[in-house]
Amino acid sequence: MKNFFKTIFVILILIVFNNQKTFAEGSVKLLKQDWSFKGFFGKFDRASLQRGYQVYTEVCASCHSMKYLSYRNLSEKGGPEFSEEQAKAIASQFEVIDGPNSDGEMFNRPAKLSDKFVSPYANVEEAQASNGGAYPPDMSVLVKARKGGADYIYSVLLGYSDPPAGFELDDGVYYNKYMYGNKIKMAQPLSDGIVEYSDGTEATEEQLAKDVVTFLSWSAEPHLEARHKSGFRAISYLIIITIFVYFSMKKIWSRVETNI
Amino acid sequence: MSEEKKSKRREFIFTASYALGAVGVGATVWPLIDQMNPDASVKALASTEVDISSVEPGQSITVLWRGKPVFIKRRTTEEISEARKVDLKELKHPEKDEDRAKNPEWLVMLGICTHLGCVPLGDKGEYDGWFCPCHGSHYDTSGRIRKGPAPTNLEIPKYEFVNNNTIKIG
Amino acid sequence: MSDHNYVPSSKLGKWFNDRLPLLTLSAHLREYPTPKNLNYWWTFGGILTFCLITQIVTGIILAMHYVAHADLAFESVEHIMRNVNYGWLIRYVHANGASMFFLAVYIHIFRSLYYGSYKSPREVIWIIGMIIYFLMMMTAFMGYVLPWGQMSFWGATVITNLFSAVPFFGEAITNWLWGGYAVDNPTLTRFFSLHYLLPFLILGLVILHIWALHVPGNNNPIGIDIKKPSKDTVPFHPYIVIKDLFALLIFLILFAFFVFYSPNILGHADNYIEANPMVTPAHIVPEWYLLPFYAILRSVPDKLLGVIAMFLAIFVLVILPWLDTSKVRSAIFRPLYKQFYWFLVADVLILGYVGAMPAEGIYLLVARVATAYYFIHFLVILPVLGFKEKTLDIPLSLTEPVLGGSTNPSLAKNKSELNF
Repeated sequence: MKNFFKTIFVILILIVFNNQKTFAEGSVKLLKQDWSFKGFFGKFDRASLQRGYQVYTEVCASCHSMKYLSYRNLSEKGGPEFSEEQAKAIASQFEVIDGPNSDGEMFNRPAKLSDKFVSPYANVEEAQASNGGAYPPDMSVLVKARKGGADYIYSVLLGYSDPPAGFELDDGVYYNKYMYGNKIKMAQPLSDGIVEYSDGTEATEEQLAKDVVTFLSWSAEPHLEARHKSGFRAISYLIIITIFVYFSMKKIWSRVETNI
Repeated sequence: MSEEKKSKRREFIFTASYALGAVGVGATVWPLIDQMNPDASVKALASTEVDISSVEPGQSITVLWRGKPVFIKRRTTEEISEARKVDLKELKHPEKDEDRAKNPEWLVMLGICTHLGCVPLGDKGEYDGWFCPCHGSHYDTSGRIRKGPAPTNLEIPKYEFVNNNTIKIG
Repeated sequence: MSDHNYVPSSKLGKWFNDRLPLLTLSAHLREYPTPKNLNYWWTFGGILTFCLITQIVTGIILAMHYVAHADLAFESVEHIMRNVNYGWLIRYVHANGASMFFLAVYIHIFRSLYYGSYKSPREVIWIIGMIIYFLMMMTAFMGYVLPWGQMSFWGATVITNLFSAVPFFGEAITNWLWGGYAVDNPTLTRFFSLHYLLPFLILGLVILHIWALHVPGNNNPIGIDIKKPSKDTVPFHPYIVIKDLFALLIFLILFAFFVFYSPNILGHADNYIEANPMVTPAHIVPEWYLLPFYAILRSVPDKLLGVIAMFLAIFVLVILPWLDTSKVRSAIFRPLYKQFYWFLVADVLILGYVGAMPAEGIYLLVARVATAYYFIHFLVILPVLGFKEKTLDIPLSLTEPVLGGSTNPSLAKNKSELNF
């Protein structure tokens, strides 16, 4: 039995190692943050999520859509947990096209909780035309769609610098230490004080990046807290019942003269 | 340990394992069942607001709420008085019209026959209200069942007047 | 089998059983004599059955919410993850369940390789198993296409393009597979249909697999034929049931760890980007369980020969019972085979590793050597070994070494009386 688990363990290590390898390959070391949502009991920092939402609306939302989120998500459990009134007020600031009405006309109305986040552009082509040919990716699942996840987005946000000598950059292209190929078409989005936090937190560049990445991590995995909680319960339960079944097995096999 | 004690402990282990197993199976099965319940995006659509400013007396509009038709009828004074003078004893499912229409001019009800779920036709039937073509149920101008197989009156959903021109259903 | 004359105790049971002998079947399954020296490597049959049922149940549920359309598939997966009650749980169980399924099937296959379970009289069990394995790979591949992310789309493009290697008919075949001139909506809908169908074929084959197993009975770590039932065997219920359950629970702890704490570690980040036919991801990798075959495919410089090599790699497994000429089953008594067995394990792991790496430089070289060794193992080493290898003495029965006070089977006597 000992041998058995040893082998399983080795195989697992190999699988994980294999994956980590593909992760690490060919990239600079990312900036690491001590995210509150990592680990067995990881939870989102509510205040940071709310600030992150503010950064998203005031900075990112002019180019980046979040088309899989609805305004109601802002007041749901495990998220920024704005009150329902706050979420309604946020939604009503946006206009959505509804219809057709009884005259067959489309009309604008203020957004409701059940509406999806309003996108800055009508379609991909418009987004590209307005951004020099580059499509600002939808940010709903962005954190899961990049190797390195939250750390990667955080690093890119803080990774702007002057290019090293001899590094050629076209117009409208910027140097970024962490971006694939070191070229990015997005101008540096964050700088100290670009957003004024209502809770008095000092809006340093690092703080802004941390908050918005926390918000994006939640939007990519809105049920993360529920998942961590059920995971702890499920694994505790499994360990307990495994012990009980082990002793049951010992009892049953004690009738037979053999090793198990 | 005596033999008796040993066998007791054996029984305990088995019983406890079974009990724990049952708990685990229950906890696993629940998500598999609950996933078929209305999901978060469906629940969020639970209320809908309707603009009624263009409905003339005697007219009726049908809107969709939670996937079901809702009749919004602006009744004429004749229809209101017809509905109000009915003797409750004549009714299969006695309900006062005053209780069914908060604002007597506006009757808001689910357009679903309480028999087997067909959509009744308006301005039809022997009681000047609605008539269900599927199995011949007649409803009066208050949507109450008067004749036919349907057991109860047309259902009134939860609704409120947001202002003079808007009704919020749900 | 011992229970053909089973008679139910109740009158109703007898009435029913005379018409449909389900009770006889159930009695057979309970009493099925199983070698009592099976180790934990033998618990993976039960674990695999569990995996298949889990995939089918969660899959049926996902199909209730998923939309098989190129414009809506990605969005519907996000809908499952965000809105459906416990949708995130069910999807993560299904996605990681595929990996756990393959982890278990590889252990199951390598157990069979180590203890010679594919040898006479169990060739048919082995061949059915290989068909199941092949169908599993097809099912998993098509399932990975359904979320319609970048890896889905480009994985589908690359794999279906394998068939363009067929001389003369290549283009006709790929267009037929795609239902168009590239991977697109028709491809997605047919993959969905087949992804739903194949698991039920697998289920049918699993029943045949178990049926074929119950004819000769289980092999065992010593690899000798044992009398059934005898003091060398135990009834399947409760002995094997409780042991399989214990192993399954340990397996589930690992499974739960992936589902709840690293649900995306076995996947690829690019699959959270919606499919885009205009942009190929920088680095296309299949799921980890297909990597060894992917490495074999890429290690051959010729397109058609690469495809042939990949399919041959599976085919040599199918004919393995006739490639291995040794009469001795278990590696315990085959010192040389044991060495080569571990070389093969290492070889396959290396193939898996280089399959995830770019096909260039040192990786390509390693992949070629490993591919060559893979085929040499099955086509040269195994046939020759059967004639050259000097095997150890084999015990007469399971109880002999145990009752004789020693667990070393090589101390057993009367080798000359053995027949295989």
